[in-house]
Amino acid sequence: MFPVLLSEWIKVRTVRSTFITLLLTLVVTVGLGAVVCAVLASTWDTQPAAERANFDATGSSFSGIALGQLALIVFAVLIVTSEYSTGMIRATLGAVPQRLTLMLAKVLTVVGLVGVVSLLTAFISFFLGQALLGSHRTSISDPGVTRAVFGMAIYMTLLALLSVGVAFMVRRPIPALAILMPFFFLISPILNAVPKVKNVAHFFPDVAGRQLYSVHGNTDVPYGPTAGFFIVLAWSLGCVVIGYLLFARRDA
Amino acid sequence: MIEVNELTKRYGDKLAVDHLSFTIPQGVVTGFLGPNGAGKSTTMRMMLDLDRPTSGSVRIDGKQYGQLHEPLKYIGALLEAKAVHPGRTAYNHLLWLAASNRIPTRRVDEVLALVGLTAVAKKRSGGFSLGMGQRLGIAAALLGDPKILMFDEPVNGLDPEGIIWVRNLMKSLAAEGRTVFVSSHLMSEMALTADHLIVIGLGRLLADMPMNEFIDRNSRSFVRLRTPQPERLLDMLSANGITALQDGAGAWEVEDGDMARIGDLAAEHGVALHELSPQRASLEEAFMRMTAEAVEYQTGAPALQPAQQQEPEPAAAWGAGWKKES
Ligand SMILES: Nc1ncnc2c1ncn2[C@@H]1O[C@H](COP(=O)(O)OP(=O)(O)OP(=O)(O)O)[C@@H](O)[C@H]1O
Ligand SMILES: [Mg+2]
Repeated sequence: MFPVLLSEWIKVRTVRSTFITLLLTLVVTVGLGAVVCAVLASTWDTQPAAERANFDATGSSFSGIALGQLALIVFAVLIVTSEYSTGMIRATLGAVPQRLTLMLAKVLTVVGLVGVVSLLTAFISFFLGQALLGSHRTSISDPGVTRAVFGMAIYMTLLALLSVGVAFMVRRPIPALAILMPFFFLISPILNAVPKVKNVAHFFPDVAGRQLYSVHGNTDVPYGPTAGFFIVLAWSLGCVVIGYLLFARRDA
Repeated sequence: MIEVNELTKRYGDKLAVDHLSFTIPQGVVTGFLGPNGAGKSTTMRMMLDLDRPTSGSVRIDGKQYGQLHEPLKYIGALLEAKAVHPGRTAYNHLLWLAASNRIPTRRVDEVLALVGLTAVAKKRSGGFSLGMGQRLGIAAALLGDPKILMFDEPVNGLDPEGIIWVRNLMKSLAAEGRTVFVSSHLMSEMALTADHLIVIGLGRLLADMPMNEFIDRNSRSFVRLRTPQPERLLDMLSANGITALQDGAGAWEVEDGDMARIGDLAAEHGVALHELSPQRASLEEAFMRMTAEAVEYQTGAPALQPAQQQEPEPAAAWGAGWKKES
């Protein structure tokens, strides 16, 4: 297992797309979060009272993930689909024909790398956002805040894992992105706006994730951060398992 | 030892490999020959557990490829399609391969030198020429110093110098006692390198024998005759119990003919001869006849009339025609 992990690690560190997409994830998430916090701070007095009452300083500093996850999804999808688009999968499986071992090594590499980037992203977003929020800021020592910051890192990592699973199912980059992007950018927000359907959309990974990385959470959503974590985890593991079952069966 | 047993692969309703069985002899170069679409690459992918057989099996010293521990130390393979990320350097490509099978890093430099890529080792492989890409693939196959090597059309895209290099490499690998299994669609190429020959057509086994035996069995010899007096020639020959067949190019052929005797007869009967020459049909022709028959057997279409000529056929001229009939 260790040699395979090392080999997967060499693979990710020897192409540029890894650095570009992960750096973009961090920069976009932190940057957009900072902008949102700055705008919120400067327009605080004009915000409706309801908004002010529900205000979650921690969650607000993580607003950038809405766009940052785009780059993260691209990173995770490319790690898998580039093997297929370049034909490298045959060299990979020639070297490591045990497909379960190979997939585990890929998953662990993604978890490790994205885990580190996510922790950085979460903490930088939080502290920068709080600094910009001025008097409306919260403190890392307030109840639930540490959990939310780590929750953010966990959500990002699980999101990457989910994307790896889908990429293994679909194998080609464009279809994989065409499934994942609308799911996080269109379908979930749209369904969330439709009354009855909303109850289903509440169990989508992005909504569950938001419960995980906010301190107060959305009161419409019928569960808290812990359930949110398990819902995202279930999505990710589900996708990885289905991805593996297809990968194990198919011709390379 | 590699044993292929009743191996079958079906893609939809296309039977790419059809109950193929053979054993690859150890320590020699075995040519795996078949026209385009015969199923060579598919067979090789199944040997490496990349494609799942519809039925049948491949055993490498009794094991399936997927059961081999650190397989690169055991079998090195160069497959048909490029298997390299264009954004990664040649060195790094070999580095991750080496790491996956606990092959020492210095081996990466060794194989790069062996295939002559040291100078471009730190260049991204996306900019490599076809020949350089092929060399990198061969370097990857040699990385684990394996005792079995498998090459799918290794000379594809190589210039004459590269072709000779690959030929010599295969021979020297076999001379070191390694088993080399190499596919080709060119009989002439195999005649130069292979000690043993496995021929397939439409996924089925057509021949499996030592190269010498294939040559003895298949290189038909005949005497070619040209004359301005064909009637007199034919009368004379048939009167002496010799059959001549027209070759389509204005000449006559006598299978296994005795040249001296025919010459003497012609002199006796006053038949003018413009040509009296010994001929040996090319192996290429024998191979073509063999694969064309496979088509006839399966589809009932008439066999391709082999062109009776001495020079080997140009590389890609044939095969395409009959493939459409299947
Ligand atoms: N993945 C696939 N899906 C569908 N059909 C396939 C696939 N791979 C191969 N085939 C078909 O199987 C047959 C055998 O193909 P294969 O590539 O093994 O032949 P080959 O002997 O390697 O030919 P060539 O000399 O052209 O490389 C062909 O008719 C091909 O079209
Ligand atoms: Mg082929």
